[in-house]
Amino acid sequence: MPEYVRMLTSASPRSFGGRVAVALGLLLAAVLLVAGSSEAPAGAQVSADDRESGAALYASGCQSCHGVSGEGVSGVGPRIGSGATQGAGPPLLDVTPGTVHFYLSTGYMPLDDPRDVPKRSAPAYDPEEIEALVAYVASLGADRQPAEKLPTVDPESGSLSEGQEIFTESCAGCHQVVAEGGVIGEGVAPELRAATDQQIAEAVRAGPYLMPRFSEHQIDDDELDSLVAYVNYTQDPRDEGGWGIGHIGPIPEGLAAWLVAAIALVGVARLIGRRTGKEDS
Amino acid sequence: MIPGVKGVDERYGAAPFLTKTLRYVFPDHWSFLLGEIALYSFVVLVGTGIYLTLFFEPSLAETTYRGSYAPLHGFEMTEAYASALKLSFDVDAGLLMRQVHHWAANVFVVAIVLHLLRIFFTGAFRKPRDITYYVGLTLLMVALLEGFIGYSLLDDLLSGMGLAIAYGVAESVPVIGANLALLLWGGEYPGADAFISRLYIAHVLLLPVLIGTLIAIHLLLVSLTKHGQFRERGKTERNVTGTPMWPAYALRSIGLGLAVAAAIFALGGLIQINPIWLWGPFETGLSTNGAQPDWYMGWLIGALRLVPGFDVTIGDYTLIPNPFWGGVLFPGLVFAFLYAYPWLERRLRGDRDRHHLLDRPRDAPVRTATGMALLSLIALVLFFGAADRLYVQSGLPYDSQLWIFRGLLVVLPIAVFLLTRKVCLELRANELRPVLGETGDPSTRKPEEAG
Amino acid sequence: MSVLRAAWRWIVAFGALLIGRSGGRRPARVRTIPPPPESPAGTRAVIALLLLAALAFAGFGAGYLLDLGNTFLGCSLALGFGFAAAAAITAGKLIVPQEEIEEELGSHEHVDARAEVTAMVREGGEGMTRRGVIVAAGCAGCAAAAALALPAASLGPLLDENILRRSPWRSGRRLVDSKGEPIAADEIVVGTFLSAFPEGADPERLDSPVIVARVRPEELRLPPERSGWAPEGLLAYSKICTHAACAISLFDYPTFPPTQPAPRLVCPCHYSVFDAVGGGDVLAGPAGRPLPQLPLRIDAAGLLVAAGGYSGPPGPSWDGVRQS
Repeated sequence: MPEYVRMLTSASPRSFGGRVAVALGLLLAAVLLVAGSSEAPAGAQVSADDRESGAALYASGCQSCHGVSGEGVSGVGPRIGSGATQGAGPPLLDVTPGTVHFYLSTGYMPLDDPRDVPKRSAPAYDPEEIEALVAYVASLGADRQPAEKLPTVDPESGSLSEGQEIFTESCAGCHQVVAEGGVIGEGVAPELRAATDQQIAEAVRAGPYLMPRFSEHQIDDDELDSLVAYVNYTQDPRDEGGWGIGHIGPIPEGLAAWLVAAIALVGVARLIGRRTGKEDS
Repeated sequence: MIPGVKGVDERYGAAPFLTKTLRYVFPDHWSFLLGEIALYSFVVLVGTGIYLTLFFEPSLAETTYRGSYAPLHGFEMTEAYASALKLSFDVDAGLLMRQVHHWAANVFVVAIVLHLLRIFFTGAFRKPRDITYYVGLTLLMVALLEGFIGYSLLDDLLSGMGLAIAYGVAESVPVIGANLALLLWGGEYPGADAFISRLYIAHVLLLPVLIGTLIAIHLLLVSLTKHGQFRERGKTERNVTGTPMWPAYALRSIGLGLAVAAAIFALGGLIQINPIWLWGPFETGLSTNGAQPDWYMGWLIGALRLVPGFDVTIGDYTLIPNPFWGGVLFPGLVFAFLYAYPWLERRLRGDRDRHHLLDRPRDAPVRTATGMALLSLIALVLFFGAADRLYVQSGLPYDSQLWIFRGLLVVLPIAVFLLTRKVCLELRANELRPVLGETGDPSTRKPEEAG
Repeated sequence: MSVLRAAWRWIVAFGALLIGRSGGRRPARVRTIPPPPESPAGTRAVIALLLLAALAFAGFGAGYLLDLGNTFLGCSLALGFGFAAAAAITAGKLIVPQEEIEEELGSHEHVDARAEVTAMVREGGEGMTRRGVIVAAGCAGCAAAAALALPAASLGPLLDENILRRSPWRSGRRLVDSKGEPIAADEIVVGTFLSAFPEGADPERLDSPVIVARVRPEELRLPPERSGWAPEGLLAYSKICTHAACAISLFDYPTFPPTQPAPRLVCPCHYSVFDAVGGGDVLAGPAGRPLPQLPLRIDAAGLLVAAGGYSGPPGPSWDGVRQS
């Protein structure tokens, strides 16, 4: 893993510097992703070289929690420090390439500690490395199921209204109806501003972390196109009435009523409620 | 001679009354204008509201959306929601009127609350203005209900969730709850088709008429008792000094009314409020994360969330369901306290005099401290209503916030009480020219007042 | 000619003034209020502001006719009202008389009149205050009030709490999705959820919607009397929160159980958390009663079917509902 990526991902997002770093990292990652995907379409043919470098990456970054051959590590060991290798994680034998690609491209994996909540951050691997890892993990379960391709999405062909209907029924309970994110009890369902088309599709099928997953029977590929189209729409929805103030409803509205209207009108009242020539004595 | 004056006097002998009216005295202080801001917001509400009734269809009949907002094309929805969408997208200036109406409601309640704070902290609720104060408090309660019903009419996702919670709260009232909810809704939630007719007539006729009547009574009582005034040179318990109604005050008040309209229309033009097309239509089985009521109901969602999870039961039999505590008892206690406060203060102080001169907050440290403590309590509960959004934005876990706020609810009001009282006493002690306290005579001040 | 006439007027006016000054028959008019301050700048400002207001209102008209959108319409009206407000306030402060007047409040109290009123009311009412009349009037008043209030009972079903307990779910009733299609059990994967409704019933009823979720059978921790309620790990619960009637559209399913919370159902209104694998017990949040579970079975065609009614009354609690 390049040193600068490690630095970026380990920076605390709480501090301002950390946020800047994460933001820069995301930007950089996005650029890399775009650059990478234009060269080699995701899910393309995988060479033996890739699988070998994937094996090396897996051994150094994934194996401590997911097991030597992807069989998983069930028990949670003592909290691991630097250099320790004991972790815990689910088996990877039946995960789809999309799932692996989702966790790696969003920076959800690898985790510092198996008990941490995965959060969107700068990916720890560059696009080629991610591709190599996807191929390697797929090969782990190759004898159980045929290697699948990454899901492809075509939001252009989707219908916004179908997307909104599906999103409202299956996603809004956690992600909020305009995809601004929400509380799921002990965690947060992220807002989906940063999600790429492919990541949305992969998350729907994979159900990362505490998210439920949705099969083709429930949301078929055409419906998935619509869903992605709707999520993309929520990133810049039609704000017919002016400034959208976050699309989260009454909280910012109440703030505006108090901080804009009330302050302005009290100001006018102060101007009026004083006779000319009789300033405060 | 202005012809109108002659005509009115000939018929009604009203000239002396007109003289008195034109010479009606308004004391000069900005804080006396807060109620007027509420009054003018109400004027904007009525004006825009009438316009909205010309387009809105209060009907739960199902229809398929074919309007100009593409993402909802083909959605099954009620006529109520569809007509609100049509008003927003297909009626020229319709969205502006809807947004201005909604903003005006928010500003209306803001102004009432600010006005209430002024009345409370200056002791203006004391005799002879106590009944004026009760009428004002009633106005506030009716305004909260009117606002809630207003945004509940549209049958969008947020409004449906709000009504579901209202149903749950109504059902939680001990003894009568189940029947109360069934009567109001005309059956089990989501209720009879006539339910929206009930909401509608309440929102556009019953409650506005009630608010208008209460405002009329409120203003009549104000004009009978005259305005109070702060202690200054030349101001006593037996006079009222300030600017006469005609011409200077009338112009300023008109100016304030126009400024209120300007502020609300600016909000309606620039900042989007309640974008119902983004929420989508409501169905009983649908909900969204982060749903919130309008700000003035936010203290109730905060209270509902803060209460620990328990129903009062006898064995297996439920006696008091949980939403009662936060949704009924808490607001009930707050309003009961506000209603009882003038009487309480009279009893505690043994002060039954008429008061025309107002206190500065520091002149009545215990009252000021009590008010601040109550205010801090309500503010905490209100802010907790936004804890889920705070979690999403800042990462401070909801559970931690829950316990922090529960702790603060115990500690903060007491701390605020003690601190406010001390600040009041310090301020008074450090004054170069102390203004005399309630009784006007330093020798009869009670020890707590004298510090 | 007109010059001469004007000159004559001036002379008359001057003369009148002189006579007035010297205590002639017509005294000078006494002002009731002080004269307005001289403020030509103020007057000009007010005129300018009013003209700007007129311009802004005209702009609104143009914007309305040209369909210039919400922001233009709102801002033009706001500017119109704002300029008019500034004009009114400027006029009120600069170009009309500024005065502070004092009004004596006097005594509000009229002790004699009070006594008179009291006497009048008492004496006039002597005939009416006989006990029999008062009691009878009380009876008539109460009866009238009761009679007139009674029709309010027609607003809804009265004294019939069983309405709250019943539901359209019966053993053998098929579950359908939001499009009305039956649900095949093997199309529901582990870790997913969906909303379902009783076939043929109104999906908008409070007691209709259920949330169906699938977990691994070994994750189930249902009470023994519900052992057969979740075939192949397929669970169904009322979708309506027992706290305040919001829809439970939030299902957490862990990817890796050892480090993540067990499957839970959460209400997004007040964040009541229910145990999805343990029968709907409240794990956190304000709800006071478990989420009613709907027993499921899979019919011969592999479709999901209710195996009975809810384990408790669906919807929010009321005084009288059983806890479990």
